[in-house]
Amino acid sequence: MINKQSNVYTIVYIVVMVLIVGTALAFTAMALRDRQQENKNADKMSQILQSVHLTTDRATVVEEFNKYITRQIVLNDKGEELQGKDAFDIDVAAEVKKPVSERLLPVYVCELPGKGTKYIIPMSGMGLWGPIWGYISFNADGSTIYGAVFRHEGETPGLGAEIAKPAFSDQFDNKTVIKDNTLIPVEVVKKGLKPEGNADYVDGISGGTITSKGVSAMLNECLTPYKSFLEGLASGSATAETQPQQTH
Amino acid sequence: MAEKISYKDIFFNPFSKNNPVIVQILGICSCLAVTAKLEPAIVMGLSVIAVLAFANVIISLIRKTIPTNIRIIVQLVVVAALVIIVNQLLLAYAYDVALQLSVFIGLIITNCILMGRLEAFAMGNKPWPAFLDGVGNGVGYALILIIVAFFRELLGSGTLLGFQVIPQCFYDAGYANNGLMILPPMALIVVACVIWVHRARNKELQENS
Repeated sequence: MINKQSNVYTIVYIVVMVLIVGTALAFTAMALRDRQQENKNADKMSQILQSVHLTTDRATVVEEFNKYITRQIVLNDKGEELQGKDAFDIDVAAEVKKPVSERLLPVYVCELPGKGTKYIIPMSGMGLWGPIWGYISFNADGSTIYGAVFRHEGETPGLGAEIAKPAFSDQFDNKTVIKDNTLIPVEVVKKGLKPEGNADYVDGISGGTITSKGVSAMLNECLTPYKSFLEGLASGSATAETQPQQTH
Repeated sequence: MAEKISYKDIFFNPFSKNNPVIVQILGICSCLAVTAKLEPAIVMGLSVIAVLAFANVIISLIRKTIPTNIRIIVQLVVVAALVIIVNQLLLAYAYDVALQLSVFIGLIITNCILMGRLEAFAMGNKPWPAFLDGVGNGVGYALILIIVAFFRELLGSGTLLGFQVIPQCFYDAGYANNGLMILPPMALIVVACVIWVHRARNKELQENS
């Protein structure tokens, strides 16, 4: 008869238990990792496509993404294209924490049949309870917003969480961010108020003031580094593919 | 054992007479958190049933080997491992729901129902009754979650499982969704209403004071 109260028994018991549980968990994590990563990527793709008003379902999202997103480029803050980087793999939340001059700035170039080229810029910021992020798409003029989508991790349902709904994000359509050749990101302000200066603005969420402010700060923080790129588009001298022929 | 409870009672008692949420008042926190919509409530209910049933069986199987001075730790490790597996499975096969439930799946570990059942039942019973007890208590918990979520989603969003059920003509006539239903305090009030109705129908549960 083993003495179940002895220290040796207890320690051996714990060690064996931890080994068994550890192996089981490691095995589960490894077996499911690919599928989880696929889900994560598919979710990201569907958000990117939503920013150009395309809704997809899980089954077709990868196909649609590859069809409409024709190019993924990475820029620095001077608007120069960097080679050898994969835009999709860049962690925007980590980039935002770096100084502007060191950031890698991904842009997804989207071709919509009959609607021209759209440029999609990823964003990341903080809401009230946790991270918020989104994607915003611009027309080929680099100034007019074509669409936007916002997501959050844990904002209050019915209040801050409303930023994820089209009722909020559709307000951004057709707003412009370049005025007199300078970039002024769209502001989110309390309903009925107007921002100082001549920025375009949208109404914030009633009861979700801090989340709304977070969205506003995120737009400012994440669009400003793209200043050169967007202004370049606006004055018609962007990357090679979109450059109008001006040789004559 | 002096009084032997039948398997049927082990399984069905937690549904109503000994319901973990409305009689024992356990697991209230997650009841507030995941019941704003019906779908996450159902998934949460199913997750708790699965974790509780398996944890009960595992603990019951090894109950004679567990050193008494670390039994709570052993129970926690088993529950935590099962919860992580459930979370991983959801991330792989029900990604959207996993995002909605986010931290609350992880918080199953701290759900009092689990530790309560493991300590009170699985430690002293054979695997089969422990399994029935786990499923029974899980279902009892899930039932309340679903009842609460039903009212909160219906009155708070006008939908059920995401489908619009309150017709547009109601809104045209001036009906508005009750935003308060979506906020956590209303979950407590709905739970309280459920308890009220339940006590009114079960005289033997009423306290005399």
